[in-house]
Amino acid sequence: MDVNLTPLVPAIQVLVTALVVVVRDLFIDEDEPKGVLAFYSLVGLALAAAEVAVLLTDRQESAFADSIVLDNFALFFTMIFLLAAALTILSSIHYVRQTRIHEGEFYALILFATVGMILMAAANDLMVFFLALETMSIALYVLTGMWRSSGRASEASMKYFLMGAFATGFLLYGIALIYGATGSTNLNQISAYLLDQPSEWPLYLIGGGFLLVIGFVFKIGAVPFHFWVPDVYDGAPTPVTGFMSVAVKAAAFAAWARILMNKLSPLAGDWMFPLWIIAIATMTLGNLLAITQTSVKRMLAYSSIAHAGYLLIPIVVGVEWGGLALLFYLLTYSFMTLGAFAVLTSLSEDKEPRENYSDFAGLGFKRPFLALAMSLFMLSLAGFPPLAGFTGKFYVFRSAVLAGHLNLAIIGVLNSLLSVIYYLRVIVAMYMEEGGAEGKGFRQSPFVYCAVAIAAIGTLYLGILPHIALSWSRLAFFSLE
Amino acid sequence: MTAAGFGDLTLLLAIPVLGAALLLCLPRRRSAALFSVALGASAGDFLWSLNILNLFDPSHGNMQFVERVAWMPDFGIQYILGVDGISLFLVLLTTLLMPLAILASWSVKDKIKEYLIFMLLLETGMLGAFVALDLFLFYVFWEVMLVPMYFLIGVWGGPRRIYAALKFVIYTMAGSLLMLVAIIYLATRHAQLTQVFTFDLLELYGLNLPFDQQSWLFLAFALSFAIKVPLFPFHTWLPDAHVEAPTAGSVILAGVLLKLGTYGFLRFAMPLFPDAAQAALPGIMALAVIGIIYGAVVAMMQSDIKKLVAYSSVSHLGFVMLGLCALNLQGVQGAIYQMLNHGLSTGALFLLVGMIYDRRHTRRIDDFGGLWQQMPVFSSLLLIVTFASIGLPGLNGFVGEFLILLGAFSVAPVWTAVAATGVILGAIYMLWMIRRVIFGPLSNPENQRLQDLSGRELTILAPILLLIVYMGVYPQPFLARMKPAVELSLKRILNVPPAPPPVDPNLGGEQPNDGR
Repeated sequence: MDVNLTPLVPAIQVLVTALVVVVRDLFIDEDEPKGVLAFYSLVGLALAAAEVAVLLTDRQESAFADSIVLDNFALFFTMIFLLAAALTILSSIHYVRQTRIHEGEFYALILFATVGMILMAAANDLMVFFLALETMSIALYVLTGMWRSSGRASEASMKYFLMGAFATGFLLYGIALIYGATGSTNLNQISAYLLDQPSEWPLYLIGGGFLLVIGFVFKIGAVPFHFWVPDVYDGAPTPVTGFMSVAVKAAAFAAWARILMNKLSPLAGDWMFPLWIIAIATMTLGNLLAITQTSVKRMLAYSSIAHAGYLLIPIVVGVEWGGLALLFYLLTYSFMTLGAFAVLTSLSEDKEPRENYSDFAGLGFKRPFLALAMSLFMLSLAGFPPLAGFTGKFYVFRSAVLAGHLNLAIIGVLNSLLSVIYYLRVIVAMYMEEGGAEGKGFRQSPFVYCAVAIAAIGTLYLGILPHIALSWSRLAFFSLE
Repeated sequence: MTAAGFGDLTLLLAIPVLGAALLLCLPRRRSAALFSVALGASAGDFLWSLNILNLFDPSHGNMQFVERVAWMPDFGIQYILGVDGISLFLVLLTTLLMPLAILASWSVKDKIKEYLIFMLLLETGMLGAFVALDLFLFYVFWEVMLVPMYFLIGVWGGPRRIYAALKFVIYTMAGSLLMLVAIIYLATRHAQLTQVFTFDLLELYGLNLPFDQQSWLFLAFALSFAIKVPLFPFHTWLPDAHVEAPTAGSVILAGVLLKLGTYGFLRFAMPLFPDAAQAALPGIMALAVIGIIYGAVVAMMQSDIKKLVAYSSVSHLGFVMLGLCALNLQGVQGAIYQMLNHGLSTGALFLLVGMIYDRRHTRRIDDFGGLWQQMPVFSSLLLIVTFASIGLPGLNGFVGEFLILLGAFSVAPVWTAVAATGVILGAIYMLWMIRRVIFGPLSNPENQRLQDLSGRELTILAPILLLIVYMGVYPQPFLARMKPAVELSLKRILNVPPAPPPVDPNLGGEQPNDGR
């Protein structure tokens, strides 16, 4: 039997890197510096990115009996995951040392989670998708609780695990029902079945689709299954929170786009109206609750709920107009959110989280670079031009208008207005208030600055010259058959 | 046709940004160098805009200096710039006021580097909004202006600065975000009707939408612009923002930012949706007249000079809107002229208030009195500017108000008559303020040690005063350059005769060869 390993190359690269990190870790004494592990991880991620760039043509390949595919869509998301992993590792080098998190395991788990995500975006079979999802999730359950001396982290980890298991149950039931109705877990065969016999679907097939949707809504943290998000995001180590709110969300949306928007799209009519309501409720509730927060980290958690709501707009709008907007928005969202969390990470000090608005007071003139970058990220998240967040939102709202969902566009922009209130509060604290944290804790490593700078450049670039990324998003989405 | 080089307007937008980038590289401690760079950049921009004025061809009303570059070509978004007789003088007003405002910021000692950077970015935002001819690009500049202004009020403002800054941003964004949806919808409708997805303003002018769609779109645009003007019920952000902003911020806010609202009506809302605009005119006119009277009455009651000037802006901008609503040559020309007048005279008033505030750290009218004896130069300048503001013949305010009332009277004589009483009210509150500040006994001992204006302060005020007199005596060069563009706009808005797109044959074919 011929085995085509090409589609797996980036995943294998990251996996091997993770194993190298684990093994190398064994040969370093507990009290010696372990920066070299971060270096290995970054090199591995860079190699994987190079491989993605080489593979990035219009090829369509599959492996393992059609259960893993290689297309521009998978590669696009692989790029996002690699970027998120790299920025997360860059910004956590100093953080893990301060918080005495085991470095070897930390980096390896990030890489393992990345492998799971890459496979999620490439999975063309519900079983492979499920395995990939679990690979990612289990790594993240551990990452969330890795700061063992922090009670909040343990609580968050437990909560995340229970809620994740709950969502997994929904997904698995959904997969089982779909398998029962169509006789396959392969997406191509399911798709063929749906197109072959329109309207003769058994009720439990539709039920299976609904269960999948519920599972996904859980994973992206949309209303009404959003309750775990603030606690988990708040309790997890800050770099991990950034990783979760970007990469996990992107992975869930990647699988959603491939499975529900593309292959199972004949079923979509049934869940569109509930999703319409969920999208609106998610944006509105996320934004309203974010306004009331006193901790910036918690505010960002609620803001990530709100952004999940914006991201649901292109899904409701449908394949024809929404695909490009969904992918491009995820790309812009990655840069600005990772940047914001990198800034937050760099403010954290041992035993002292520095996550409240009051800790940001006066930062604008004590740490001009960090504050400037944070302002960029906040303005971008709020949707001010010419930053990435604006172009991203513009294409989301454009897709809604083009598809005739004017109401979604209007509710979306009104929500942006709400979000301005709390994003600007960070800027108010940094530039318009005095006091706050003293300079003592501000001896960050240059790596955090590096991560912040990369994210800031990305935020500006995607805002001013988005054209290449837009074309790429479009190509990627339309490489789904 | 003048030979206008490609890139003239881009350079106009780029000079302040380059200045800001240079400032970013300079060390924070060298405040004199920072000032010189900012002043140099803004003054250089002014000289460059004079060059544009010089090359401007007054014989026709089409866009000139047009630049057109594909930005996101697959999505119909282009980088299109151009000026005509309407935007030309607003651009000049901006470039003139900006160096003066920077010069007036001498008293800002705190965080001067960031302050100057924001001023320069603000200049680019405003100029960009005046010259952008692509709706997407216009929206970008329109929002870009918000951020520096937010910082200027929020960081360097008065005691309630954070509240005022947030209110300013939220109000403006509330309108503009709905405008964004309207812009997208408009482009979508255009794509459905013509198969071309574009945000090009001149293309979109040709679109003839059914009345009900026009009404919704007009409403979204008009709301955004009405908040900016500000038209009567949407004005509440203005006194807060004005009072809390630093002097230069108030000058720019009153001098330029508010004009973007009225400019938006004339350039975007009215010609894009002519039927809806004409249907809405009586309502807007009523709001404008209410604003005139309301602003004047509230201004009369103020005890703070800055607040008084802020409310007088509500009143004056009501006149501008009234002129626009007349939709005839006199009215619209008068409105544009009055925009310039208001920019100059209110700008000068805020500068003068700032100068006296720097000395006394109070703006309460009761704290002054008899300044004439101690500061004769200051007092006489304040008097001249006040006369300009209330429309004394021979000064610029008279020309604008007269044209507006003339134009509006032929359309709505009753409203115009009511508005004319606003002129009288304006004279009352301004002169009453003057009497209490300048004349009377010099009773307050603190005022007896006041120094008169310095050379720097005179330098700031001199160009404005010269223009106030010049524009009052000899308005012809200004009006002549506006006229063709205003006529063209009116033709678009009034749509006579109701011919489809090629209303003006030189429009479509003209840009390419104009660009080179």
